[in-house]
Amino acid sequence: MTFQISAKFRVDRNDFKLDVDLTLPGRGVTALFGHSGSGKTTCLRAMAGLERASDGYFALGEEVWQDESRGLFVPPHRRALGVVFQEASLFPHLSVRGNMEFGQKRTLTAATRFSLTEIAQLLGIDNLLDRSPSQLSGGERQRVAIARALLAAPKILLMDEPLAAVDLKRKLEILPYLERLHRELAIPIIYVSHAPDEVARLADHLVLLDAGKVVASGALNDVLSRIDLPGAFADDAGVVIEASVVEHEADDLTRLEFPGGAIFVSRCNEPLGAVLRCRIHARDVSLALTPQTGSSILNCVSAIVVDLAPTDTPGHVLVKLDVVGEPLLARITRRSAENLGIRPGLALRAQIKAVALLA
Amino acid sequence: MESSDLAAVWLTLKLATVVTLLLLVIGTPVAWWLARTRSVFKGVIGAIVALPLVLPPTVLGFYLLITMGPNGPVGQLTQSLGLGLLPFTFPGLVIASVFYSLPFVVQPIQNAFEAIGERPLEVAATLRASPWDTFWSVAVPLAKPGFLSGAILGFAHTVGEFGIVLMIGGNIPEKTRVVSVQIYDHVEALEYTQAHWLSGGMLLFSFVVLLALYTFNPARRKLA
Repeated sequence: MTFQISAKFRVDRNDFKLDVDLTLPGRGVTALFGHSGSGKTTCLRAMAGLERASDGYFALGEEVWQDESRGLFVPPHRRALGVVFQEASLFPHLSVRGNMEFGQKRTLTAATRFSLTEIAQLLGIDNLLDRSPSQLSGGERQRVAIARALLAAPKILLMDEPLAAVDLKRKLEILPYLERLHRELAIPIIYVSHAPDEVARLADHLVLLDAGKVVASGALNDVLSRIDLPGAFADDAGVVIEASVVEHEADDLTRLEFPGGAIFVSRCNEPLGAVLRCRIHARDVSLALTPQTGSSILNCVSAIVVDLAPTDTPGHVLVKLDVVGEPLLARITRRSAENLGIRPGLALRAQIKAVALLA
Repeated sequence: MESSDLAAVWLTLKLATVVTLLLLVIGTPVAWWLARTRSVFKGVIGAIVALPLVLPPTVLGFYLLITMGPNGPVGQLTQSLGLGLLPFTFPGLVIASVFYSLPFVVQPIQNAFEAIGERPLEVAATLRASPWDTFWSVAVPLAKPGFLSGAILGFAHTVGEFGIVLMIGGNIPEKTRVVSVQIYDHVEALEYTQAHWLSGGMLLFSFVVLLALYTFNPARRKLA
């Protein structure tokens, strides 16, 4: 079941313009990332049919939901989609179970993919079914909203900053469930966010939006490692690598391996063989021409310089490296770049000061 | 209590019940439209609905009497349909009361619909509910306090009307003579005991209604 999502919208309001033409993968998580006002929410609402772009085309594979060139517009209630809004927006007059059944009851296909019990377990809300929404915490409410959307057997799940309205603690509580959805659901998820950490953690495909236009669209690391977009992530520039757990060592470090080598992180509880996402910020990577011996930095990998570009501050440059096929970014001072003679093709050592485990 | 008093009480309750039910049927779509429309006519319709709040009942009654009378457009229509004339009949009283109590029903329901906001309706749409389905399964349940207030206010206001009844219905026992008119008659005839009984009853009734409204009307629930 591989298909592509085609989304082409043009909205022209007095105060706001959106002009996007996207082809997105039919599985995995696609993040629409941008600052407020970049058009990411409007784009999502247009996909849901909650807003009708005067010039629009939206199709999931063969299924066309909007094609203004022939006046076709399927209203939202006839689209097999699920939407999770920033606020959970549960119906206060219904119990948790009533909320979850709302869409399920109205779904025509008898082949609803999941049972209510399965979904409730997947999201860890199976003991809350008889409560009223007002008795739930913010994180629980948002999980019920996700469950409610999934039970309507959507072919695509649209999430509009589902974590923006909850505090950090709740966010950490919900994120594992989102990762679970990511792993266990066959349906594509479009995830609107302005938080780089959520994107790094969840996304497979990344779309950067700015002022209603698509700045970049591609596989997560391909976009994250583009150094020609310095403003997009600013201080948060960095890449995501997927590494597997190889060994929990005696001195409370865990050794992870990825194609480019080994990295050590504080001991984690994941089983051997588990694949973890790690985020490496460009600002945490320094470069050396020769292997360093008298250094406290454990994580060093061999790398080849691909390119370098100016960054958001004039004193620094962003260096794109190739580590056995994996991209890595380093943010160093322009002075260092000149002193070391950094140029494309140069082989050197990249020292990674910090690795953030994302799962 | 005299039988004429009982008849007046019975007639009043009948009138208020019929009018309240009719107003819920008529007022709900009007309230929904007023709450959701972006039409330029929203102000005009809203003002017309609210007119009875400020207009003396005699003015409203006067125009209705003219309109429903033998030479008025409605009067000619009802006559040509073989229905006769509406003034000085119970149906005529019902129609007049519907106009008179309209804002008391429409406004609370409209406010309740407005308080729901756009989001729950959008959520319902993304969960496969058609607009009609959404109206009944989301908007109406969420606006329940508004319906409750509207029904109570409409009923109580109809029970309490006087001027418009005199204008349009006159004072026909068991047909148009409601409690407020009966009290007037008793006072005119210096029958203070009967007037006391009915007035006291009205006072108690009104107080209980308002008490119920202010005590039991739950604070509007917010969308969780």
